[in-house]
Amino acid sequence: MKSTGLAAGFAAGISILAMSPAFAVTEVAWWHAMGGELGEKLEAIAADYNSKQTDYKVVPSFKGTYAETMTAAIAAFRAKEQPAIVQVFEVGTGTMMAAKGAVYPVYQLMKDAGEPFDQAAFLPAVVGYYTDTDGNMLSMPFNSSTPILYYNKDVFEKAGLDRNTAPKTWEEVEAFSKKIMESGAAKCGFTTGWISWVQLENFSAWHNQPIGTLENGFGGLATELTVNGPLQTRHWENLARWQKEGLFQYGGPVGGNDAPPKFYTQECAIYMNSSASRAGVVANAKDFEVGYGMLPHYADTQPQNSIIGGATLWVMAGRPEAEYKAVANFFTYLSSAEVQAKWHQGTGYLPITQAAWDLSKSQGYYDANPGADVSIQQMTLNEPTPNSKGLRFGSYVQIRGIIDEEFQALLAGQKDAQTALDDLVTRGNVLIREFEAANK
Amino acid sequence: MKRAIFRNQLLPWLLLAPQLAVTFVFFLWPAAQAGWQSFLREDAFGLKSTFIGFENYSRLFGDPHYLNSVMVTVVFSVSVAVLAMAVALTLALAADRMIKSAQTYTTLLVWPYAVAPAIAGLLWWFIFNPTIGLVPYALDMVGIDWNHSLNGTQSMILVIIAAAWKQISYNFLFFVAGLQAIPASMREAAAIDGAGPGRRLFSITLPLLAPTSFFLLVVNTVYALFDTFPVIDATTEGGPAQATNILVYKVYVDGFLGLNLGSSAAQSVVLMAVVIVLTVVQFRFIERRVEY
Repeated sequence: MKSTGLAAGFAAGISILAMSPAFAVTEVAWWHAMGGELGEKLEAIAADYNSKQTDYKVVPSFKGTYAETMTAAIAAFRAKEQPAIVQVFEVGTGTMMAAKGAVYPVYQLMKDAGEPFDQAAFLPAVVGYYTDTDGNMLSMPFNSSTPILYYNKDVFEKAGLDRNTAPKTWEEVEAFSKKIMESGAAKCGFTTGWISWVQLENFSAWHNQPIGTLENGFGGLATELTVNGPLQTRHWENLARWQKEGLFQYGGPVGGNDAPPKFYTQECAIYMNSSASRAGVVANAKDFEVGYGMLPHYADTQPQNSIIGGATLWVMAGRPEAEYKAVANFFTYLSSAEVQAKWHQGTGYLPITQAAWDLSKSQGYYDANPGADVSIQQMTLNEPTPNSKGLRFGSYVQIRGIIDEEFQALLAGQKDAQTALDDLVTRGNVLIREFEAANK
Repeated sequence: MKRAIFRNQLLPWLLLAPQLAVTFVFFLWPAAQAGWQSFLREDAFGLKSTFIGFENYSRLFGDPHYLNSVMVTVVFSVSVAVLAMAVALTLALAADRMIKSAQTYTTLLVWPYAVAPAIAGLLWWFIFNPTIGLVPYALDMVGIDWNHSLNGTQSMILVIIAAAWKQISYNFLFFVAGLQAIPASMREAAAIDGAGPGRRLFSITLPLLAPTSFFLLVVNTVYALFDTFPVIDATTEGGPAQATNILVYKVYVDGFLGLNLGSSAAQSVVLMAVVIVLTVVQFRFIERRVEY
């Protein structure tokens, strides 16, 4: 309490000394998890906003990885020191949504602050992930991406394949990989980042298979995982076989840190990862030309649509009223077409509004950067079904860990695909039940 | 012993106060909180909490992954302690025999102790990285396929080496000091009586070094149990398939990443019990027997 008194005295002293207009500025803390270049681009958004008006000041601070940022915000909330805005990754959505009383839903915030807000302006495939059962938007989409396929055109040509045709089906991925390896054009066929996100969650959505009951968990906390279906089992069985044959190389758990170098050094010819990896691919693929394609599907199925990953901005409850006015104002700026188009083009994340997409088109961005719109086309390929809207499970950060563990057990030959997926479902459901009990 | 008598009742308490306050604020209070939390089921934000008695504990001991973590921890701790001590003892015996360069040698061997555990972990991560590391490249030439991101045994070997490497310097210092405390006359007398170097080592040096060794055994076990978090975090993150998920790391994963605070608190309490047991062992046996 001493420090507040001190601060008050200090503030009083300052206000007597200098009644500058800057003193009336409302500061808003924004905790985020964007390091490196992405962090610089994020800071630029805040700096531009701060220079364009004088009432509010958004102060971004980097808090580490996604998981660290979320944990920091939760710890801060428990200590009543929470920031107004926190960036939370998509797998934390279930936890944030269940925390009624800790978050201030965005639709409510915009209404209370009287900011113009049209939810229909946002891309349904993006916003659908973050709405409640009544269709209200709970958090502000910020950086969303979806996995796509990258391939090495030069290696394709060396292997006697058409350099302009990406593999469309898994059967083609296998055939192409064999040809690439047999011809000696590259040491391995393909690798992938994010086993959990790309080869299980998106795989299921892309093949219109349920990830969990109750519309992948959108329908309530009583949901259960169902990723041990025949198609997912078939796919994991194949991945294990391809790994043994050398067609596929494993890039490690979580994001798969070892996968990008395998593609950059031309060791693997095909690479599946987030559309936001595009900037990195372009920067690192110095000695070869990169081609882009949609995710492969099995030949006897029809592709549905892929789902997103990335993060949204959540507003935390319990801050002074004035700050929420600032947050609402900032969100209006953030979702404007110009800001969004610039962010989308600079990072490879998806445009979150139709207007930003249209603006990028009219600016000729996609003509100048072939492959940059594969992600959007793939995500909007079909009207999302209950299986392909997204997913919403509690404790999902841990479940992602379980997915990695079971996949490792599969590749190490300790389990077959069916057992690995069955165990994954059993272990995941235990966590979901615990989460349900804790949040009832 | 003569008992000193203080008239002032307040002064001793005042003098003790800073120490007591630190103990209370940084140890007793958080420990009590963890104890209390281990009986609760709570959501991440602390909005709703239910008292559930010993359910967190019963769930823990019924969980095969927790029991696996206990086994992993035992294998890891014993290996780290044995490896770190064996290597350090060998080096110390070698240094003890040197006359001219013993000082330089000792200084060089102590250096790794100054390296932060996270940095040490990262160094080993680079050396053993299956894609870009030196060791996998060398092993590949002799026909060993090193891939610790899939092979649990290799992963365990990696974290044991990384964790033991750091501790070798520390053990080395104690062993050197211990060896120097052994009177040269005893070894000389044995030599005159006809004992060879091996005999002198096993009958004179090692028994006289036993108190130091026992002390180091406890210190190393505690180190392996509790201070190796950064090494695990920087190299394997507990993987693959929980093959290196030691208890301390599991507390972090379940509590800080999984936000399952009740279970994480219960695990902390279990660990606290382990520390208490180890401390008792240390005070009971070592304090009596170690002669510095």
